[in-house]
This record gives sequence, structure tokens and C-alpha cells, in this order.
Amino acid sequence: MKRLLILGPLLLFILLAVFLARGLYQDPSELPSPLLGKTAPQFGLTELPSQPGETAATFSPQAMLGQVWLFNVWASWCAACREEHSILLQLADTHVLPIIGLDYKDTAADALPWLVHAGGNPYAHVAQDITGRVGIDYGVYGVPESYVIDKKGVIRYKQIGALTAKNLQDTILPLVKRLQSE
Amino acid sequence: MIPEIGHFALILALLMAVVQTIFPLWGAATGRLAWLALAKPAARAQFLWVALAFACLAYAFANKDYSVLYVASNSNSHLPLAYRVAALWGGHEGSLLLWAFILSLWTVAVTFFSHHLPEVTRARIIGVMGFISIGFLLFMLSVSNPFERLLPAALDGRDLNPLLQDPGMVFHPPMLYMGYVGFSVAFAFAIAALLGGELDAAWARWSRPWTTLAWVFLTIGIMGGSNWAYYELGWGGWWFWDAVENASFMPWLVGTALIHSLAVTEKRGSFKAWTVLLAIAAFSLSLLGTFLVRSGVLTSVHAFASDPQRGLFILAFLVIVIGGSLSLFAWRANHVGKGGAFDLVSRESFLLGNNVLLVVAAASVLLGTLYPLFLDTLGLGKISVGPPYFDSVFAPLMAPAIFLMGIGPIARWKESPLPELAARLRWAFGVSLVTALALPLWLGHWTPMIGLGLFLAFWVFSLSLQTLWQRLGGSGYQNLADRFSSTTLAWWGMWLAHLGVAVFILGVTIVKGFESETAVRMQVADIAHLAGFSFQFDGIKSVQGPNYIAAQASIRVTRQDTEIALLTPSKRIYTVQNMPMTEAGIAATLLGDVYASLGEKLADGSWSVRLYHKPLVDWIWAGCTLMALGGVLALSDRRYRLYKRKAVPNQALNLAPVQAAL
Repeated sequence: MKRLLILGPLLLFILLAVFLARGLYQDPSELPSPLLGKTAPQFGLTELPSQPGETAATFSPQAMLGQVWLFNVWASWCAACREEHSILLQLADTHVLPIIGLDYKDTAADALPWLVHAGGNPYAHVAQDITGRVGIDYGVYGVPESYVIDKKGVIRYKQIGALTAKNLQDTILPLVKRLQSE
Repeated sequence: MIPEIGHFALILALLMAVVQTIFPLWGAATGRLAWLALAKPAARAQFLWVALAFACLAYAFANKDYSVLYVASNSNSHLPLAYRVAALWGGHEGSLLLWAFILSLWTVAVTFFSHHLPEVTRARIIGVMGFISIGFLLFMLSVSNPFERLLPAALDGRDLNPLLQDPGMVFHPPMLYMGYVGFSVAFAFAIAALLGGELDAAWARWSRPWTTLAWVFLTIGIMGGSNWAYYELGWGGWWFWDAVENASFMPWLVGTALIHSLAVTEKRGSFKAWTVLLAIAAFSLSLLGTFLVRSGVLTSVHAFASDPQRGLFILAFLVIVIGGSLSLFAWRANHVGKGGAFDLVSRESFLLGNNVLLVVAAASVLLGTLYPLFLDTLGLGKISVGPPYFDSVFAPLMAPAIFLMGIGPIARWKESPLPELAARLRWAFGVSLVTALALPLWLGHWTPMIGLGLFLAFWVFSLSLQTLWQRLGGSGYQNLADRFSSTTLAWWGMWLAHLGVAVFILGVTIVKGFESETAVRMQVADIAHLAGFSFQFDGIKSVQGPNYIAAQASIRVTRQDTEIALLTPSKRIYTVQNMPMTEAGIAATLLGDVYASLGEKLADGSWSVRLYHKPLVDWIWAGCTLMALGGVLALSDRRYRLYKRKAVPNQALNLAPVQAAL
């Protein structure tokens, strides 16, 4: 019994090493989505007002038909979103495609100052998913996530984790260009 | 030319590390005295070569040599000199060189301060450390060479990440690495003891100062990083449970457990196998942290470039070092004799309980850090584990640990009768309970977490005072002086470090419970109010830095018409990477900080500003400083200075059993 106990740390470590070895060959930010090639789930959500307490319109993906757009899931409590934000602002400045935000499990009281503080609002519209219901439909694993949705409303690309200048340049923008000419 | 010299020096360092490993370890196994004698000179030579390589890379940075790929990717000609040199450890390759350099520094320190060790033991220790050096030097030379050339040379460098352009960058990584890598000494001592089969109190006595020193560095390193995040990220947070932060925190937790269990092993001879396991675990977690940071298996705000080849190398090394040492442990730990017996209620059992809690806390941090990886590997989906997990798991584990920490110094070794102990604790218990209930109400509001935090802080405060009274109390001035001089620095170190924990908890509790913040848009002469302070916005001026342009606001803070501080938060654009950074404006006082962070300029010419009041926030770092100071006091204890004088030429004596065995 004591011998087994003393072997314990070694066995635990071996188990850990197996996981670490397999982890090396996975990209923590890449994941196939069952939603790729499917129509983006519909919803109707209140938009984030420009001032707390103001009433705002309702946003629905239907409104975006005929355009290629980027759907970005973010939240004021999400650390990686802060990093991603400057990329989004730059992208918004280029006017290549509209960016729609989904403010996931968040409140306007937190989200509005966050946007101001993070450097501005890159979004054409921000839908407020206060309960996270829409996030479930889209299979949101973690925040941030981004989707490229084509003119017919079909999801063509999904990214888990923050957008970077590199994957925007290498993957997303070429895809957007192609989709826009479709 | 200089980079080639550096590269060549690294190769020579590797060869020297091989000598430093093979000869002493083989010599110790076969009893060849002459081979053992190679340990010291080889370790020192290895240090000189690594130091030369380090100097060459620093020179390339200082001299703006953009024909070196690593320099071109991490520096820029507009970067001030201090940051150009600190940029050396701003990326993957350079961090590894710093690692290897600090490891050889610790090894050299061991060669100088180990006269009192038997030669076989010293040779084994140096050999084990040499083996770790081999791993890191080989890693650099095979897949992460910092001296790789870029031909044709770049006209200018890509610049150091603006986030890292801060005085924190100059001190934080070296301090952290001194701590991380410093645990290699305790590790090497443990392996040497396992190899030699001599796990006695002497082993614990030798390991203690080294472990404490590494722990002091790690404490300062973590504290510096937390403080840096506080003023640099502009969000007023001081700990984010980020994977990389966790990687430094796990060795700290286990290292803390190790310090305490070493004390028991030295004083009472108990916990021997457990102490060895902790020594192995502390350094293993340092290595694991390096792996997590360098391999890219986890995403993190500290993200470095990930490359499976590199990850595989570190993992293989990890398996050899950790797997090897745990196998050795499983093979040898059974031979360890039993220590002194102790009662269920005794200082030993409180320390053991504390040890277990600290290790479980470290394990829960490890679990949270690696959980996304586990699920991902098993194909169960992707998740991220954030502060909610860590907060809810960590606090319940630490609360009993802190409670026991208060009792430990009061309880007696071996057996401490419960009724007597309880009688001695009742005053502290009463004071803490009343404070926990009354103080929050007086300050404004009460929640269970605030109550718990205050209870624990005052529990430790009052018990610290009580132990102090027990030591120094009594009648007469003469008596006091006597008692004072009979109290060792080691005791004062323990006392101060424990007090530091209380200060830390108080800071965390008050900040979490009573901080306030507001986001406002301000035009010139606008006044905002927060927590009894008035903030007047006096306008913006532009400031030209060496490699950035900044908009700097002036915000005057007044309280009851007295001016308290002028805050100058700014927003910098670093021109090379066109990256915006915030620099918070902070006025720190003993009772709390007022903190302003500048946002964006809005369409109507006003600016968005975020204002915070953080009561007692500096106590968090003050507490860490006290802990580190406690460690320094313990290190200055008289008995460690005595060792040096008692350099015994005892090699012949200690080799005798080895030779007899042959």
C-alpha cells in the first residue's frame, strides 16, 4: 500500500505528460463548428443604447441579408476582448465590412463604459444577449468569438478566441473579398 | 562577429555543462575523488561562458545590431537604452538565455557557499544542476537560437511590445526567474540526498536558506508583476488568474509549503519523504510553468509564439527531469526513516495541515489552468476557466490555511493539549470576531466575504501580537532586553512574514469590498465626484516621448477643498507598431489610491475618463513586501553566518562509506 502511495506522484505526472503531449498538436483557438455552412440562427434582440437607460431598436440578422458581415461575440468581463478591440477598431476604420457585436451575458451599464474605455465603438450594431440565450444557438464556447456570415445569411467561418492582425490579413479578409464577389 | 562569439560561447557552455554533469555524478557513484573535484571548476566555467553569451546578446541589443533576427524582432532604434537591454528577455529565445544564465548563477553560488557540505553531496548537487543546464542550453542551440542572423539585415527593429516598455520589465522577469530557477537548488539537494540515501536533518538544514532565498525572489517577482499589471493595464486590477500568472503562483504555493516542511524536518526529523516530494514538486512546477508559457498549449494574455517543435523539446525534457526524479523518489523514499512522533494537536500537525492545504490549493490552480487543455484533448469541447472558478475554489482552501497559520506559532511541538491551546486562543478569537462583524458596518456594508477576510486578517494580527507578547513580555526592563537578544532573527522573520499575510488579506478584503469606480466624459473644468473626492479635469496637453506620442490629461483631486493630488493619466501611441497604450495616473496613500485612466477623445471634444478609488490597495503589495522581508530576516540568522566559519575539511570522512561499498 505504501509503495503504491509513493508511486502516486509519478503516475499522476505520466498522465499529465500524455495530455500535454497531445495538447501540443492542438490549436487552442481553432475548432470546427457544426454551424459552418448552415444558416445563421435567427434572433431579435434589443440593441445596446448609446446612453444607459435610453430605449433602443431591435436587431435581427435578417437586416443584414445581402451583405457580408462579421459577427463578433464580446463582453465587458472578457479579458481577451480588450486585446482584440484595437484590431476591430482598425477593421471598422477600413469599412471593408460591417461588424455586428453580440454583447454576451453582459449589461449595458458595464458594456457602455467599457466601449468608451477600450477606445471606441467599432460595431455598426450591438445586440444585447443578456441571458446568453442566443449564444447557445450559436454554440458560443468562450468569449471572444467571431463569425463571417455571407450575403445569404450562411455562416462561412468561425473563430474561437481573439482576432489578430495576422489571421485577419491571412484568412478573414481574403475570405470576405471572395464572399463579397459571390 | 560579436553574435558569433555569443553563439560559440553557448556551445562551450553546453560542453562545460556536460562535464559538470557527468564527472561529478559518475564520480560520486563510483567513489572517484578526482572526478568529484571537477564539479566546482566546471560549474564556474559554465557560468563564465553563459555570462559571455548573455553579454554578447546584450551588446547586440545595446548596439542596435539588426542583423540578429532576435534583436530585430524585439527592439527598435528609438527604444531607450534601458528598454533595449531589457528587451533581451522580451521574447522566447532571450527568456531562455536569461533562464540558463540565472541557473548558472545559482550553481556558482552553490560552489561558493557550500564549504560545510560533504564533497560527495556538493558534487551531486552541482551535477544535477548541470543536467538542467544541459537541457536549456541544448534547447537554445537546437530550436531557439537567440544569435540567429537575419541577412540582409533589417533597417530597423520591429520594436518591443509597448506593453513591456515599462520599468517593470527591467526588474520583474529577472526577479521572477531568480525565484523560479532558485528552486532548482532545493531540487538538486533533494535529488542528491535521494541518490546518496542520506535524508537526514542535515539535508534539511542545508536546503533551508537556499529555498528561502528563492522564495523571497519569487515573492518579489510576483508582487512586481501584479503591481505592474495594476498601473499598466489601466483597469485597476491586480491579479487576473491568467495562465502565466498561475504558472508563477503554483511554485510559490508549493515553495511556501516546502519552507515550512523543511522547518519541521530540520527541527523534529518528521515529514522527510513529504519534504523531498515538495522540493521536487516546487521545481517541477517551475519547469511546467516554463513549458506552459513557451509551448503555446494554452492561450494567455502573455502569449508568446507557439511552435510544436519547441513544445515537444521542453516536454521531453520535462518528462526526463520530472519523471526521472519522481521515479527516483518512488524507488528511494521507502528507505527514509521515521521521524519523531507527534500528537494530533501539536505544531507538527498544524504545519502538516497547512502544507496539505497549500498543496491542494496549488493543485486546484493547476487543474483550473490545465482544465481547458484536458477537455480539449478528450474531445469534450472548449471552455475557458476564469476568475469565477479560481475565486470560488481558492478562498475556501486558503481560509482554513490562514486560520491554522495563526495557531501554528502558538502551539507547542510534539503535543499541545487542546484545552490549554483553546484558552490561549480565546482572546484573539473574540477580537477577530468582533472586528469582522463591527468594522464593515462602520465602513458601510457587510457581506460574508468581507467578514471572513477581516476575521482572518485580525486573527493573524492578534495572534501575532500575542506571540510577540509571549516572547518579550514579562516584568522588568532588564528582562525585556534579555528576551530580545535571545530571540533569533529566524523567529523575527517568521513573525514578520506572517504579519505580511495579514496585511495582504486586509488589503485584498478592503479593496474587494469597498472600491468604487465611475466612467465619465469630461471637458475642461468639468468636475466629477467619487467616494468623497472631487476630480477636476484641467485639460490635455500632448507629450512627445522617445518612441511614442502621448495625450496627457491633468486631473486635480480635492477632498473637502484641499488639493490632494494632481493625476496625469495619459494615452500613448507607440509609433513603430502604431499601438495605443494607457498609462494610469495614480496618487497612492497609505489609506488608498485614487486612480484615473484616460479613454478616448469623443466627438464633442470631451474625453472619456475612468476614475477609481481603491482603499488600502497598496497594502496588498506591502503585505508581500513584509513576507519577502521576513524571508530576508530568516536568511540573516546567526546560524547561517556560523556555517561559513566552520568550514570542515570532511571529505575523506564522508567518502569512506562510498569507498567501502566498492
